[in-house]
Amino acid sequence: MFYREAGEFKTSYAADQAIFPIAQDRIALVVLVLAAYVGVPLIANGYWLDAILIPFLVYSLAALGLNILTGYAGQVSLGTGGFMAVGAFSAYKLAIGFPHLNVVLVIVIAGLIAAAVGIVFGVPSLRIKGFYLAVATLAAQFFLVWLFNRVPWFTNYSSSGVISAPLRAVFGRVYITGAEASSVDKYLFALTTVSLLALAAKNMVRCATGRAWMAIRDMDIAAEIIGIRPLATKLTAFAVSSFYVGVAGALWAFVYTGTVEPLAFDVERSFQILFMIIIGGLGSILGSFLGAAFVVLVPVLLSNAPGFLGLSIRVATVTNLQSIIFGALIVFFLVVEPNGLARLWQVGKEKLRLWPFPY
Amino acid sequence: MSAEPGERGSDGVLLEVSNLRLAFGGIQALFDVSFDIRRGEIRAIIGPNGAGKTSMLNCINGFYKPQQGTITYKGRAVHQMRSHDAAKNGIARTFQNIALFRSMTALDNIMTGRLLKMRANLLWDALYLGPARREELAHRAFAERIIDFLEIQAVRKIPVGRLPYGLQKRVELGRALAAEPELLLLDEPMGGMNVEEKQDMSRFILDVNQEFGTTIALIEHDMGVVMDISDRVVVLDYGRKIADGTPDQVRTDPAVVEAYLGVDHGPAPAEEKPCISSTPS
Repeated sequence: MFYREAGEFKTSYAADQAIFPIAQDRIALVVLVLAAYVGVPLIANGYWLDAILIPFLVYSLAALGLNILTGYAGQVSLGTGGFMAVGAFSAYKLAIGFPHLNVVLVIVIAGLIAAAVGIVFGVPSLRIKGFYLAVATLAAQFFLVWLFNRVPWFTNYSSSGVISAPLRAVFGRVYITGAEASSVDKYLFALTTVSLLALAAKNMVRCATGRAWMAIRDMDIAAEIIGIRPLATKLTAFAVSSFYVGVAGALWAFVYTGTVEPLAFDVERSFQILFMIIIGGLGSILGSFLGAAFVVLVPVLLSNAPGFLGLSIRVATVTNLQSIIFGALIVFFLVVEPNGLARLWQVGKEKLRLWPFPY
Repeated sequence: MSAEPGERGSDGVLLEVSNLRLAFGGIQALFDVSFDIRRGEIRAIIGPNGAGKTSMLNCINGFYKPQQGTITYKGRAVHQMRSHDAAKNGIARTFQNIALFRSMTALDNIMTGRLLKMRANLLWDALYLGPARREELAHRAFAERIIDFLEIQAVRKIPVGRLPYGLQKRVELGRALAAEPELLLLDEPMGGMNVEEKQDMSRFILDVNQEFGTTIALIEHDMGVVMDISDRVVVLDYGRKIADGTPDQVRTDPAVVEAYLGVDHGPAPAEEKPCISSTPS
């Protein structure tokens, strides 16, 4: 019953190439899915769903999107917030402009628009790399937020510049956006979206598409000599990444907050998501989730910790302490494992392969 | 290997380089170099450091653009061939300083070598259904054949960055073979290896040449290896071709001996004499 591969023999390439080749992983996944779909809605209250689980899912999706671009294809981007804004505002304009369009389609189209914008801002990546590319994507970030702030058409001429998600149902009376939407429905919708997109991402990165991305990341010259077209590969990565990030932005506006202003997607958001993938692990699907969990959950934990411990500290002090401890934790984790939380998991797995024998 | 020129490569010229000139700023890397590679032969390119050997390979697979001269591949002039066109036309190569995808496993590196043969698009990949799944499995089977051939079964799931040098060289050869190339360019496949590793690698190169019929152009510094496995040798020095022929012809060519061992400038100390007359093996 140990968690390890020993004794599991594969007799076909299909079994060896399966998405979860280890039996215990498959069991764990079934348990996790059951817990997420059945357990959580039964026991979680509105605070847990609205303030912790839904933002965790939305952040995970954004982190997943950025991880595809930065972790897998090696193109550093600081434009995540901008692409989230594109998703959010496209979804809003589509939902208002076409009231009969199903909200699922609205979100998918919003993602596709974000992908198109991502392709445009990805073109410089053919010529510039690393920090210089990060600066170029920073331009996308500032330009896009400025655009949504300055052009009132995007907010339907709202005087405050804030958009509110309209009431929309996936089907029947299952509302996932708007004031009447129930937290459980919203949570389940976000969970389904994120699960499906995570599965698709995992499939992409283990197929030819993902290998082309990683080849460009690891050694672009060799990749080109093998016959990989750098521009097409990089732009595919930008498109897929921006699609994910755009859908995350749409979910942010519709499912998580309900009302949103362009400044919710400023450069700080981009950095936050970049931290998530660095802490979680670059080039890892699991790492995107771990990083999002770390960034979302640790502050919640820290702000509640004095209460649990029976200490009475002033709120302002708690807030300061929270920032200090959070920052210290990030440094600590990066020193202990520079490749992120996902790498810790990987190392543990490799150790368990042999345990209890030394080699 | 005592094959005479033409004996094995009798079915014509695969690649012809004529009057190639390549300069970087004021430095002439290649100057009026002409030679050909026949189908099915092992062609060695040798020369002292900085002679322009790697630049030559870079020109052949479209990585450098020569200023003058033509490269004719399979009867067609391919002056403006880009790297991925070269790959598509069946030219694969390895690098002097290993250029593997370090964080990917040996298996994934070899599978990446087959990318050009894969057709499934992004959406099928995302679903991992239909053509994507079929293709992955079919190409996996092919990759496994290469893994068997190169005897690297035990390391297939290890990221190549963690493998020892000799194995990395082998994986890189595997990645090039995965493309089923017609012309394989090997840039110092045995650089930095010990004798046993060199023997293994020589055996793989000969096997590739004989079993798959792949034409091979290789750069190598170990003269023993070059003389043993190559059919014909071209010698470059300071960007110029100074000799071309069978290993035996080249070995005794005075210009080659001079390039490798220096010129005898008139009256010299007596102990230098034997060095000059010795063969560079």
